[in-house]
Amino acid sequence: MAGILVVAETSGGNFRRVSLETLSKARELTGALGGPLAAVVAGSGISGNAGDLGAYGAEKVFVVDNEALGTGLAAPHVDVIAKLQAENDFSAILVGGTALGRDIAAALAARLGAGLNSDSIDLTANGSALRARRPAFGGQNLVDAEWTSGPAIALVRPNSFPASESGGTAEVVTVTPEISDAALAAKVTARKPAEAGKIGLEEASMIVSGGRGLGAPENFATVEALASALGAAVGASRAAVDAGWYPHPNQVGQTGKTVSPNLYIACGISGAVQHKVGMQTSDVIIAINKDEDAPIFQFADLGVVGDLFEILPQLTDLVKARQG
Amino acid sequence: MKIAVCVKEVPDTTAEKRIDPSTNRLVRDEGDRMLNEFDKYAVEEAVRLKEAGTADEVILVSLGPEKAVESLRQGLAMGADRLVLVSDASAAGSDYVGTARALAKAIEETGAELVLLGSESTDARSGVLTATLGEVSGRTWVTSANSLAVNGGSITVERQSDDGIDTVEAPLPAVVSVTKAINEPRYPSLKGIMGAKKKPQDVKSLGDIGLGAGDVGEAGAKTKVVGIETPPARTAGQVVKDEGNGAQVIFDYLVEKKLI
Repeated sequence: MAGILVVAETSGGNFRRVSLETLSKARELTGALGGPLAAVVAGSGISGNAGDLGAYGAEKVFVVDNEALGTGLAAPHVDVIAKLQAENDFSAILVGGTALGRDIAAALAARLGAGLNSDSIDLTANGSALRARRPAFGGQNLVDAEWTSGPAIALVRPNSFPASESGGTAEVVTVTPEISDAALAAKVTARKPAEAGKIGLEEASMIVSGGRGLGAPENFATVEALASALGAAVGASRAAVDAGWYPHPNQVGQTGKTVSPNLYIACGISGAVQHKVGMQTSDVIIAINKDEDAPIFQFADLGVVGDLFEILPQLTDLVKARQG
Repeated sequence: MKIAVCVKEVPDTTAEKRIDPSTNRLVRDEGDRMLNEFDKYAVEEAVRLKEAGTADEVILVSLGPEKAVESLRQGLAMGADRLVLVSDASAAGSDYVGTARALAKAIEETGAELVLLGSESTDARSGVLTATLGEVSGRTWVTSANSLAVNGGSITVERQSDDGIDTVEAPLPAVVSVTKAINEPRYPSLKGIMGAKKKPQDVKSLGDIGLGAGDVGEAGAKTKVVGIETPPARTAGQVVKDEGNGAQVIFDYLVEKKLI
């Protein structure tokens, strides 16, 4: 076994940031784990920019273009990557933790009878062995795991590593996909794309979240305005989602998503432990709440006790003025 | 048609956890135990399909300690017909693929055509079991269903993808995970709770379902935990009262931290 394969995902013709973050980290690891560092880009109508991955450290980029690889369904990707693995015998396969990436890595582990570490927030080398760290119990614990045999498959949580260019170039290899009938059994018959410009919660580097303190669904506009000025995604507490104020994919917390952005601004969220376990691994937490006894102030880096309807529009204007 | 629903007993993730330093595993015998919140949506969907006449039996399938029966009974109280729990000392320490192998075998014995799961568990939070189980059992699998319709030998699912909502058609047999958007799980009625105790609750060993060590459990696991750390808990930072300058205070902080 030799080398590392990074599964690089595209969206709207661009690489997802988590793929570049993962590739940048993999480049560091080749020192201890050994190269070569390869990437696979599989999609529909993809072209052109595959070689750009060379700048992030990929020495070889496998490009696989097929309609079935652009549907958001993972099974065809699993066929493609399993074949690459059979031919190249990589010691590690690293996948960015998007919804598609999670499905690919999980099914690939089953297909190859391999070990999977989900939600890796750090990847290091223990000698020549890969070691992955993941948070457990809402970040109360950090678990380090290794693999007893290869290939080591790891899912990487977005925002865990910086995406950094190294200025290399990659050999681009076009691969003809062989996709099984079984992998084509599920078919996408219609697609309804999310609103353009909306940023997914799990990949977002900044999140502005609203809770019960917003008082009414239309008041989420205040949160959205600040998010838009910052280029942040919008989150919501369980209370806000259960009340029907904001859609469930945006829920952060025990029964929603677990996020680790660089910045998390909680607006009108009390910070009950059910919410805390979904966001406490954020780098910087800022809370705005009119209740000075709200639990969120016990773990926020900066807390402002006040009326969010006064503070948020002013803050939005300040951010806009700086960036305008 | 029979529907199997994969369910899991989880610890109360909002409580303090203890890990046994000798085994690096979660101590599973203390604190509040409960049916995984996300599983309730899968149970509800299955029970609704039975009530609509689409399914004739709903079977809960789980892997875990024997006493998990008590938490899993909530699914029976919601309307599932019976429970199959694979419980075996040598299943401890299973990785995802091992867990999927055990569940796949138990599901195979039920004859279920459709398998439903919650999108993830509140303790592991990995959300990988649907794909792993689909692959191991050789069934078509679809994750993140916001809606589900069964039409004869196939299903139609509206699924939440990274980029929007897609309509997916897939043949049965299939494995499908459901999101919170799919329904509003019922609270079990008193009658349901009383009746749940009388429903069949079969506990099976790995041998009973034709698996041995090496397939499942620590012996078969391809990942191993080598260390667990408890990072210091977050502490309170600066808290200020807004006296008209709240926005400015936050703005200055964002600039200082180079976040804008």
